[in-house]
Amino acid sequence: MTEAARFSPLDRPNSYVGRSVSRPNAAGLVRGRGRFVDDLTLPRMLHVAFVRSPHAHARITAIDTAEAAKMPGVVRVATIDDIRDYCSPWVGVLDHLKGIKSAPQPPLADGKVFSQGQPVVAIVAASRAQAEDAAELVDVSYEPLEPVTDPVAALEPDATVIHPELGDNLCFQRGIDAGEVDRAFAEAAHVVETTMRFNRHTGVTLEPRSILCDFDPSERALTLYMSVQCPHMSKNLFAKHLGLDENRVRVVCGDVGGSFGIKIHTYPDEMTAAALSVMLERPVKFVADRLESFVTDIHARDHDVSARMALDAEGRVSAIEMDDLTGIGSYSVYPRTSGIEANQVLNLTGGPYAHKNYRARARVVFQNKNDMCQYRGVGHPIAVAVGEHLMDKAARMTGLDAAEIRRRNFIPEDAYPYTAPSGAIYERQSHHACLEKLLEACDYKGLRRDQSAQRESGVYRGIGLASLVEITNPSPAFYGVGGARIASQDGCTLRLDPTGGVTLATGVTEQGQGTETIVAQVAATVIGIDVNDIRVITGDTDAVPYGGGTWASRGAGIGGEAAFQAGKALRWNILGVAATILQERAEALDIRDGCIVNAKDGMERMPLSELGRIVYFRGDTLPKDLAPELVVTRHYTQNQYPFCFTNAAHACHLEVDPATGLIRLLNYWVVEDCGTVINPKLVAEQTRGGVVQGLGAALFEECLYSGEGQLMNGSLAEYLLPMAGEMPDIFVDHVTTPTATSELGAKGVGEAGTAGAPAAVMNALNDALQPFGVEMTDMPFTPEKVLRALGRIGGGGED
Amino acid sequence: MSRRAITLRVNGEEVTALVEPRLNLADFLRQEAELTGTHVGCEHGVCGACTVKVDGRAVRGCLMLAVQCEGAEIETVEGLAASAQGSELCEAFVEQNALQCGFCTPGMLITAAELLDDNPAPTREEVRDHLSGNYCRCTGYQAIVDAVMDVAAKREMS
Repeated sequence: MTEAARFSPLDRPNSYVGRSVSRPNAAGLVRGRGRFVDDLTLPRMLHVAFVRSPHAHARITAIDTAEAAKMPGVVRVATIDDIRDYCSPWVGVLDHLKGIKSAPQPPLADGKVFSQGQPVVAIVAASRAQAEDAAELVDVSYEPLEPVTDPVAALEPDATVIHPELGDNLCFQRGIDAGEVDRAFAEAAHVVETTMRFNRHTGVTLEPRSILCDFDPSERALTLYMSVQCPHMSKNLFAKHLGLDENRVRVVCGDVGGSFGIKIHTYPDEMTAAALSVMLERPVKFVADRLESFVTDIHARDHDVSARMALDAEGRVSAIEMDDLTGIGSYSVYPRTSGIEANQVLNLTGGPYAHKNYRARARVVFQNKNDMCQYRGVGHPIAVAVGEHLMDKAARMTGLDAAEIRRRNFIPEDAYPYTAPSGAIYERQSHHACLEKLLEACDYKGLRRDQSAQRESGVYRGIGLASLVEITNPSPAFYGVGGARIASQDGCTLRLDPTGGVTLATGVTEQGQGTETIVAQVAATVIGIDVNDIRVITGDTDAVPYGGGTWASRGAGIGGEAAFQAGKALRWNILGVAATILQERAEALDIRDGCIVNAKDGMERMPLSELGRIVYFRGDTLPKDLAPELVVTRHYTQNQYPFCFTNAAHACHLEVDPATGLIRLLNYWVVEDCGTVINPKLVAEQTRGGVVQGLGAALFEECLYSGEGQLMNGSLAEYLLPMAGEMPDIFVDHVTTPTATSELGAKGVGEAGTAGAPAAVMNALNDALQPFGVEMTDMPFTPEKVLRALGRIGGGGED
Repeated sequence: MSRRAITLRVNGEEVTALVEPRLNLADFLRQEAELTGTHVGCEHGVCGACTVKVDGRAVRGCLMLAVQCEGAEIETVEGLAASAQGSELCEAFVEQNALQCGFCTPGMLITAAELLDDNPAPTREEVRDHLSGNYCRCTGYQAIVDAVMDVAAKREMS
């Protein structure tokens, strides 16, 4: 029996793996006792506000700060010339993305601005309001330059080059050509093709980006209280670019009010705040306001895709060809780069299906807009929507049912581990099982009957399916091999305290997804104690093992396995000490409910608190050669595959009103396979939250830019988010295929909901629109676009 | 800017402060009363994170000035959680995992408490409608609706 199997059954005491344990940290949050960055106040703390560029592309001809500097409360007004010596520029490239290029990005604009919202001048004052008062008096003179906003035009030979030193506006391109694509299309019985538009949108964390920087000149030590996903990564980057000893930079991450990939990147305003703290030797706080968030938090997607699929007479896919063009703003974002999303689109399109011939090209283009980078789902929503839309089109062309054509094309069960033509390797997936469970859960046949009946009475309902693969548990192949100091390994330290309780410190971080609960569940199960006797520490680089934090759905799979291994080690150390004290063989003892017991009959021998008392306070009573070690640390890196892929099947049921163009979501179902389920409620809630972000992307959310590169909807009144009234209840169930890469067997679940929802909505919408003979592939699917597609209001163009 | 003296009650305690006329209620509660449970998400009255009760009604803390609250009775999430009814709602939120990051939660709790005061036996649709002025970016809302329905059911039983 594997260790995981031994600890998994729910029939022994302290079996928490598989149980919906409540999150202990939620109790404080509901009582208003959270500790977010903006809740912190330090002695002599200052606030910084920024003067930002109103232009998408311009040369700065003069900056006059004299009046601002005289304003009440103002301590310092800084331009790039003031902070140049305190902070070096950065370049967002990775070695393994061949040919990727970007320009050095300064903390404050250095002669030119390249996007609206780029920080130009920083004002430090006793209060944020005073800093903003002074900001209004800064006079920056600009000479506007041609804004380059359209990615197609940006690649024209005569286009204005945004960063002339780079030679052109192409940041990165990659191609895949596997198998015999031309032959497959020439011999195809059916070919379907499409063009698709994926809207630019953003994360909208309810807590904006926040940082409080506290420099201590006596030790040249910098403490950063940050709302962030990767504390150790930030520690490295701030030290490197501020010229500080990395060992003297500490990042403390308390409660984080949503992140979703937004709080994982290097932002000029945050770097400037830290540089100002070093310069002024005082604490400096920066909290973005909502407009700053909209214009400077990384944006996501913004892809134009054309794609086609070849099929044989039985509806089996023989080839996929696609071309992806994405606009990423004026810099490749540091340190993860803005090339990764397009890279993933190429790696994942058609992922669930067993085709052999695949040709794809991605071009990643600079433009004078806000920067685009990794947001929840990274590339998956595009890849899944492209593949699943083509699959539905193929179903309609071949006359097969949408479920049946997927069954015919899934990677065969006996083909795992399977290497896709993109190079992606799948250890084992459960596409068939997920789809069948999904069809049963949603009563697929019943939905189809209802659909026909409703159409008779002029009600247009659609059912959309989407199957997907998702990257989780990344190995160092993701970033480490490219030269970025972003850890894919993570660690867990466990300390048995004299009380018999355990203090657990982990390198993975808590953003609300429940990581702290999950690592405690795993450790408590393996050690044999009550989960409430574990106290978890995260987010403080001075206190936790070195780790990667939250990204690529790795908390449970990587952090959980580190906790599992640490738990095993501590358990054996405890049993070794107990064996000596009790004059017993360690193998004959067990730990249950915080007590040393006989393994055989469960008879209590000694509580852990007694063992703790003896070890910590009465070492004189122990044999001299016994060296009790009640603190252990274990690390884990997933090294067997580049990633542990999960899979899922989604179904969306919606109704379109052809008179108003309104889309009403009726139901939504997900059956997912993230391997070992540690906490069913948390898995379901990650899935639901992810789905709703995907529904937002498909139906509501879009960063609307003018042709001059001006964001036109930078407020929550104009940028539409999913609200409670519009969202359906979401059914979630599981198929469990543990990964054999770890003993725990858990894979990630944070992003799969977001990955699948746009595809399922699009397929449901197009299914509903079948009687009208129209198809929509331009997200978000607003009522206006529906009415245009139906010819109810004027055709294309602006009116 | 000349400051003005105000006196009001926050969670049953009298608070007197000298404030700038432009200071909004949410910032007053966070900075002057040092009650950081009230969160500021958008500062333009849309997201609902700063929702507090002013004289018994749910109000956006960012759309009201502190000086408008002279003599008012304010209840924040800290006060709500300390009350018997509020504590029941808090426990239901934890039980249903009706929060992830917890940033929207204080406003969500105040709004949900107001709903249950006005309509002790709401339908799921009524709960969804009432909470539609409060954004949650993490949960997808279902668990929040579940938690509110749980409390309503529990109160009906008792």
